[in-house]
Amino acid sequence: MVTVAEVFRALFEGFVVSVEIFALTLLFAIPLGLVISFGSMSKFKPLKYVVKFFIWVIRGTPLMLQLIVIFYGPGLIATWAVNTGSTNPLVMWLATWTVMERFTAVIISFVINYACYFSEIFRGGIESIPKGQYEAGQVLGMTKTQVFFKVVLLQVVKNIIPPMSNEIITLVKDTSLARVISVYELIWAGQAFIKSDGLLWPLMTTAIFYLAFSGLLTFVFGKIEKKLDYYKN
Amino acid sequence: MSVLEVKDLKKSFGKTEVLKGVSFTLDEGEVLSIIGSSGSGKTTILRCINQLEIPNSGYISVGGEIFFDGTAEKENAKQRRMKQRLVGLVFQDFHLFPQYNVHDNLTLAAKLLAKEREDYKENKKNIIADIEAKADELLKKVGLSEKKDSYPCQLSGGQKQRVSIARALMLEPKVLFFDEPTSALDPELTGEILKVIKSLADENMTMVIVTHEMSFAKAVSTKVIFMDDGVIAEEGTPEDVFDNPKSERTKAFISKFED
Repeated sequence: MVTVAEVFRALFEGFVVSVEIFALTLLFAIPLGLVISFGSMSKFKPLKYVVKFFIWVIRGTPLMLQLIVIFYGPGLIATWAVNTGSTNPLVMWLATWTVMERFTAVIISFVINYACYFSEIFRGGIESIPKGQYEAGQVLGMTKTQVFFKVVLLQVVKNIIPPMSNEIITLVKDTSLARVISVYELIWAGQAFIKSDGLLWPLMTTAIFYLAFSGLLTFVFGKIEKKLDYYKN
Repeated sequence: MSVLEVKDLKKSFGKTEVLKGVSFTLDEGEVLSIIGSSGSGKTTILRCINQLEIPNSGYISVGGEIFFDGTAEKENAKQRRMKQRLVGLVFQDFHLFPQYNVHDNLTLAAKLLAKEREDYKENKKNIIADIEAKADELLKKVGLSEKKDSYPCQLSGGQKQRVSIARALMLEPKVLFFDEPTSALDPELTGEILKVIKSLADENMTMVIVTHEMSFAKAVSTKVIFMDDGVIAEEGTPEDVFDNPKSERTKAFISKFED
């Protein structure tokens, strides 16, 4: 018989992995999202359309499928390269990813997926800033970079906090998708007790961890919103 | 010697020709009011001089510096910015920076510009102190010393516009431009703005005011331009333009404002 303590220890181990996926995704997806949002607003039309096409593909397909493509895709390419004797450098490079760690594949897929969603939030936030703010900065002799960082950015941050908190709380729960390529995380940890001990309650108990984590995030975002309440855009 | 010179300025947006060749000069200490109906090109003149729009052709100089002379020669961004300090622009909708308090709205750009000074590192303390003192002095001038720590969202429209005038004065422009400074305000608030502009005129500040306030234009200006369909239809002293207009268009326009 497994003890309650053992169940919670196992669930906690899974939870730690979920939190790792969450944290690493945020860490890389936010800056990448900013870069993608600049691409999607570029005045250089070809770049803009390529980026928009990319965003459409990523937002238009399930994250679960993207995980599978990222993890198994290179292996397929490697097999194909061996069978056809291809020496194309791009094919060879992609084939080297065959030995990628499962966890790395999860992070790559999550970062790309979330960066695309974030980029659209950033774009909305940036485009909502009135042209007059840029012009006021310009006539006061500020550089474009100064206008962006000193004038526009904080206003954008204030505008995007509600949609970002929404997306980030979704990410907490999306970490459970990692198990489709056999990365041990919270849901997996709970599910394991069904097979090994015929117990369903450990899986249901995982909800406590998700709720606690998203509760903490809700609290933090509430604080940030309050902190930025001292002015109105 | 004219502080502002505009020659044969032309500007089109797509197929619409907004300015069809506008020329005028302004001497130091003069106050020019530009009047005319909406769409006559008044605001576009200000935007071209303030480098917010690139003219199609013509010539603009401020304080001896050539802002635009129609040649294709591309200036670098820094040159443009340095020239920008010669002119100040007060917008119709204020465009204060919402996340900064009144004092910081005034000092932000000045502090950033000061960093480009060669003696910034040695004299940092003095330079910053000068900027702060100047902001205090200008806020006093527009009667808002006690609002120093307030945020724009806590101010009335008239107060916002007075802050934005002080902000434009921070960089000591040679010419200050106003783009319909009272149009976004409730009628009872326009008086405080006009008072500030009047006091600047008394200090011999060179100004160009696009306005619909006819009686104010008449009282404060040394020169009036009536714009009609992208050209100057009439130009002269306030008495010439308001009391003895020569063109029919001017007469028709002025009479609309007389009850």
